[in-house]
Amino acid sequence: MATPETFVNRAIRFGRALRRAGINTTSGQVMDFVRAVEHIDIGRRSEFREAARACLVTHRDDLEVFDKIFDLYWRAKPDFTAEAPDGVPPDDAIPFEDEEEGEGEGEEQQDGAEREGAEGRRRLEMVESTDEAADLDDSDSESDVFSYSAAEILREKDFADLTEEELAQTRRLMEQLQWRLGKRRSRRKVASPKGRFIDPRRTMRRSLQTAGVPLRISRRQVKLKPRQLVVICDVSGSMDRYSRILLQFIYAIENGMARVEAFVFGTRLTRVTRLLRHRSIDEAMERVAREVQDWSGGTRIGQSLQTFNQEWARRVLRNGAVVLIISDGWDRGDPEVLRQEIAKLQRSSYRLIWLNPLLGSPRYEPLTRGMQAALPYVDDFMPVHNLASLEALAKHLSSIDDHRPERRQQPLMSGTSSPAA
Amino acid sequence: MCLELNSVEAVQKALATQRYVCEESLATAIFLALRLPKPLLLEGEAGVGKTEVAKVLAAILDTDLIRLQCYEGLDVSHAVYEWNYPRQMLAIRILEDKSVARDEAMEEIFSSDYLIERPLLQAVRHKGKAPVLLIDEIDRADEEFEAFLLELLSDFQITIPEIGTIRAETPPIVIITSNRTRELHDALKRRCLYHWIDYPNVEKELRIITAKVPGISERLAQQVAVFIHQLRREDLYKLPGVAETLDWAAALLALNQQELSTEIASATLGAILKHQEDVQAIRKNKLEALVSTATAASGS
Repeated sequence: MATPETFVNRAIRFGRALRRAGINTTSGQVMDFVRAVEHIDIGRRSEFREAARACLVTHRDDLEVFDKIFDLYWRAKPDFTAEAPDGVPPDDAIPFEDEEEGEGEGEEQQDGAEREGAEGRRRLEMVESTDEAADLDDSDSESDVFSYSAAEILREKDFADLTEEELAQTRRLMEQLQWRLGKRRSRRKVASPKGRFIDPRRTMRRSLQTAGVPLRISRRQVKLKPRQLVVICDVSGSMDRYSRILLQFIYAIENGMARVEAFVFGTRLTRVTRLLRHRSIDEAMERVAREVQDWSGGTRIGQSLQTFNQEWARRVLRNGAVVLIISDGWDRGDPEVLRQEIAKLQRSSYRLIWLNPLLGSPRYEPLTRGMQAALPYVDDFMPVHNLASLEALAKHLSSIDDHRPERRQQPLMSGTSSPAA
Repeated sequence: MCLELNSVEAVQKALATQRYVCEESLATAIFLALRLPKPLLLEGEAGVGKTEVAKVLAAILDTDLIRLQCYEGLDVSHAVYEWNYPRQMLAIRILEDKSVARDEAMEEIFSSDYLIERPLLQAVRHKGKAPVLLIDEIDRADEEFEAFLLELLSDFQITIPEIGTIRAETPPIVIITSNRTRELHDALKRRCLYHWIDYPNVEKELRIITAKVPGISERLAQQVAVFIHQLRREDLYKLPGVAETLDWAAALLALNQQELSTEIASATLGAILKHQEDVQAIRKNKLEALVSTATAASGS
């Protein structure tokens, strides 16, 4: 098994790669970078990139080149593993100059290929999976700094392309995500020195000490409570590659937040809230699979939402609930039914969010009849194809606060509003 | 407890005298609630007559009905008691002028004289005949309130820090209703007898209509009952409850109708269906068939 290189070595090589590309990076800057990384959130790719830019680049003109090399170097953990499958020799002293020369050129060619699309991506992924497995095995012994790359790759990788091993890792990362749903005002009040409301009871008690003159007014404020979250997940055939991992995602939030109601549907709707309230995720998944008859069958989103509206909405959509629909929008039902039901669902929820795994692809356009019918009634249309998109979702959810963000402030997607002929 | 209510049958008959039509199972639940005595938790869709049970029971027993309407955020000061702060403030100034010692003043202003009784305290402090305490739509209150109710329901006592524990001389007859918009806590359910009130069948609904809408023709009443019964089989967001049936029957009577027709049903559909989508769907496709089924049934 390959011993992962230390971050310092990697940083040094990154510095060399930059120099070869014509950026005048000194070794002092590289060491600054190494020190800087200790102070940032390594799990966040953008933060990591900004830190690197700040330390290693001193000319505006170099930024573009820097970005390219950064992408290749820190995303793909490139060529030396591909070319030397045995991995990196443990000894730092062994020079890599020759291989690195090749590496630099290879990267640039690959860059083009990647932008072309699938072919390049596949090559990168091959590299990733071999390299990453080594990282994952060593995740405990390695520093946080190094695990950055592995986690980073995993964050960006489409759920549909995960290997079994990566799936397990993804699961672990999911559990670490912070799920915080925005708060809503309840009608309860709690004592608070700066509250808006007078607390007559405490004011009265206090005034006893001042001969009945209420010198100090006790106050109360409205108590904030977490919102209810309702997840309605598509488990039909077309969602096959996603539904299992997404159910694990529901399980993760179910266990991170108290108030989550979960439903799955294919041709009909099934409530799985109770099933997912199991100690072990495997057991929970097992039970869901057993209970849900139409796993991987056809899709009838409209009918399923109708069932939800008729039988469940009154029970689970209390007090400004946030609703997540997870589906690729492939619908074999009547789009008119879908339109009507989703309109109703939007009216009865505080915020309606549609998560579509296909939206992760830059070329995706929501052209299916089902998606077209639903879109005008969706408050947020977001991708849900990799960990990064789940993080974005988590962030969005915690921003849905006491004040409702405006509904549909802008056109949801370019291309959805059919331009006049 | 009234002597007459010494059997399930007696309860059923007594309810009938108040024009409340009920089957044996509900009568049994009520009978046991009175006998044990235990709170009775009634669940069922909106408009099937849950609240009515408490009202009718108070009438039969000739006792007071104390009603607590639940809502989110309902707390002790609205459900149990509140101090009369302005009066307390004034009293304290007066006592101060009279140079009354502070301890004494405290005792004075935190006495029952300054206590405002809210429904639950009223029920516990009620003198004489046990009142009927209706805790309506408990599913609207939040979990905190439900937890608070537990002490009251098991011991019929309430603790006020400044005064002490107040215990009911005669435990109130407690009826709790829920529309099941959320699941109630098991701890609460354990303390109650439980009964689910379903939509009535055609015969029962007919009896309810004739009992509650005097002056309606037998023929029209039957058509209404059959129509509503059929309507409840449709895919609707909100199925009509008995309350809607009665509203509609009364509306038809007010319009001097002797018989259902598609036109009049269409014009009065708003009395039964409360969702625009439901009204549209029924008016568009189903109304004629429903009316003809109803009129055919009454004709035979």
